Amino acid sequence: MTELSSVSIIPVSKPGKKLIGERLWRAFIWALLVFGAAVMILPFLWLLTSSLKTQLAIFRYPPQWIPNPVRFQNYVEAWTTKPFGVYLRNTALILILNEIAIVGTSSLCAYGFARIEFPGKNFWFGVLLSTMMLPGIVLMIPTFVIFSRLHWVNTYYPLIIPAFFGGGAFNIFLLRQFFRTLPEELTDAARIDGCSEFGIFWRIMMPLAKPALATVAVFTFIGTWNDYMGPLLYLSKDPNKYTVALGLATFRSAFLGRTRWDLLMAASTMMIMPIIVIYFLAQRYFIQGIAVSGLKG
Amino acid sequence: MSANTQRLKLPLLRTEKGRRTITGYLFILPFILGFLIWFLLPAAVAVWLTFYDWNMIRDPIFIGLENFKEIFRDKLFLQSLKVTAYYTLVSVPVSLVLSFLVAMLLNSKVRGISVFRTIFYIPSIVPAVANAVLWNFVFNTEFGLINMVLRALGLPKVMWLQKPEWAMPALILMSLWGLGGGVVIYLAGLQGIPETLYEAAEIDGAGRWAKLRYVTVPLISPVMFFNLIMGIIGSFQVFTAGFLITAGGPQNATLFYVLYTYRTGIQYFDMGYAAVLAWILFFIILGLTLFVFKYVGRLVHYETI
Repeated sequence: MTELSSVSIIPVSKPGKKLIGERLWRAFIWALLVFGAAVMILPFLWLLTSSLKTQLAIFRYPPQWIPNPVRFQNYVEAWTTKPFGVYLRNTALILILNEIAIVGTSSLCAYGFARIEFPGKNFWFGVLLSTMMLPGIVLMIPTFVIFSRLHWVNTYYPLIIPAFFGGGAFNIFLLRQFFRTLPEELTDAARIDGCSEFGIFWRIMMPLAKPALATVAVFTFIGTWNDYMGPLLYLSKDPNKYTVALGLATFRSAFLGRTRWDLLMAASTMMIMPIIVIYFLAQRYFIQGIAVSGLKG
Repeated sequence: MSANTQRLKLPLLRTEKGRRTITGYLFILPFILGFLIWFLLPAAVAVWLTFYDWNMIRDPIFIGLENFKEIFRDKLFLQSLKVTAYYTLVSVPVSLVLSFLVAMLLNSKVRGISVFRTIFYIPSIVPAVANAVLWNFVFNTEFGLINMVLRALGLPKVMWLQKPEWAMPALILMSLWGLGGGVVIYLAGLQGIPETLYEAAEIDGAGRWAKLRYVTVPLISPVMFFNLIMGIIGSFQVFTAGFLITAGGPQNATLFYVLYTYRTGIQYFDMGYAAVLAWILFFIILGLTLFVFKYVGRLVHYETI
């Protein structure tokens, strides 16, 4: 080692100088990070402080970053101006059924694609990949026509029933990738013991796939909670069936004349909160989902 | 007795392969049914609709190619294409480069990096409706955050959402707040680059710039390509911002393509014409994706490690 380093062929600047350069570079990186983070956080801070301001304080310049007085009443008022309790119950209903449907059927399909050899499998997997490429919005109009022929507009069916059919190509793909990483020996042993294919899936693979299933469940939560287009198309005619997203979108029309930004910001904060809580609870599943598939939900 | 029951069974069940085929298809049955019912059927309905004039109340009238001819007379169609193209041409490259730079920053080993990563990621999962409500206020002319910052800097206030020339930049600015989704994908790619490559480059005398140019960029190019494709597909589907914040205005400056399709079909019940618009969107996205694969794809560096 010593011999090698003595015959240095690389032109290296003085170590002291390099260390200072490295420190300056790090300080520079850190400054950029702090600046970027401040820009990203500012809208959140704005949202939060505005949600706690009185109507008068909203209009004040320069803006108060710490509201004085702090008005928690905005949250109570926002919650009762529109029946957000009802919206929350409706959203929860759609959410629970979607979770069951998507986690249940996407794992079945994923297992079929990952672990069973049968003729035509590659064809159907190709079909699955190509449906991932086509944006669902392209089928918005004909799907709406089909649902209105079925008299499903103004019901929850359009937001629930399709989820029972495989739970989306993305989720099948994600779980399939995960199932393929599990060792073959486990299932071979069970097969020799006479375990049925469904038994292997249910009793061996599913418990092992918990992290991947959690990823799917988290993405499903975010997708359903955030969904606006679906409820807008199928539930907007009946205020008793509104979801939280739809309720918030129509919140502005609850006031005549002046827009109540204070209440709007309080309602928005309430809608964002569950997402942030879910993020912190399930952080590692987010990263996992993105790493496994290279796709975002 | 046993021979008798054997004969009663389906021929497929007799062999091991046959049984496996049935089991396999049973497992993927939900997907196959879903594909037929929620994909192929709507696609067929969409083909059928294009030849009809139908408002969902009276009986559909066959009008041949009239819906297609309408495209050439429709100024709003042209406007919505322009709006979407403008959005795509600005927001996709800007967010592609910006999110790469942010990912580079977030990949550095400094104190508190996981906190920074969280801060950059969270805006991308904020619900679209809450996002629209918040930014509507942020862009408010009199007491919005941005104009207050401009005022503090001594700059004149901008009527972000009331002026046709400012509405689109405002929505693009807002979309950049959510770049975290792309950043995380870049970050995963950056962390997949083996440290040894950088060490080897250093031994060859490479500085920061050379390492970026000859190691990072080639190795991250497949991820960049993926983000480019996803960015283009996503930008053609923008709806909520244009619908909730600007309602397509002012003067149709934010009449996004999907918003126009939604209006045509769901608000004006011109189902045949809306189906034509949807098909055109499909072929635009398909065409752009193939174009990008053919002409940008060759620039992508695929490493075999």
